[in-house]
Amino acid sequence: MSDKQKKLVIIASKGTLDWAYPPFILASTAAAMDFKVVMFFTFYGLPLLMNKITAQVSPTGNPAMPMKMPFGFLEKFNLPIPNIMKSSVPGFEMMSTMLMKRTFNMKGVATIEELRSACVDSGARLLGCQMTMDVFGFKKEQFIPQAEIGGAATAIEEASDADISLFI
Amino acid sequence: MSSIKADVELDCRGLSCPLPVLKTKKTVDGMTSGQVLKLISTDPGSVNDIHAWTRRTGNELVNHEHGGDEYTFHIRKK
Repeated sequence: MSDKQKKLVIIASKGTLDWAYPPFILASTAAAMDFKVVMFFTFYGLPLLMNKITAQVSPTGNPAMPMKMPFGFLEKFNLPIPNIMKSSVPGFEMMSTMLMKRTFNMKGVATIEELRSACVDSGARLLGCQMTMDVFGFKKEQFIPQAEIGGAATAIEEASDADISLFI
Repeated sequence: MSSIKADVELDCRGLSCPLPVLKTKKTVDGMTSGQVLKLISTDPGSVNDIHAWTRRTGNELVNHEHGGDEYTFHIRKK
């Protein structure tokens, strides 16, 4: 335990359900370890600030992603699914998302919403990228009330005295 | 060491990372200095994680033991 408070800065740039986890897991844990936490949401990570998180899994072009059933005898097997099927079968993303959420729930993993609430409750600073908002047409009203708006300079200033800086 | 008297108990059985740490933090925040938390977890990663958490936050890990699938920690709030 040191005297000076440590600081973590995370730039969250990805918006699929699987990639939404690492920033929120690390940020909430750092906050629980008495770090000052700043999260900067940019590009596809920006929608993670929205009131309702709609992140989905995108199995297409994600060859390392195991397709597993969350229960039953199929749990033992890793089922490789060809990209052609992942991308052309209607509803495949929705099914993958449902399976991932169900598996996570059965394994006692928190939801993204729970982890985000933990970050907010611990006083983490959550910043949305203004440029991304302009490009993709997001309004601040669509975000959770605790979200602030900033740009690259805000992110860099925060990172300049951080003990850990991560780009995810 | 079941001789340690716990003031508060926290059941994290079945929960995965990072929930045992997050719940421990929240629970310890609500305790007073010197009180002891008994935490039960089934997550093997929580052994290293709770050690790291106590080192980082300055709370005292009085002991931890492993029996069956369960890990039991006693943490004294600083």
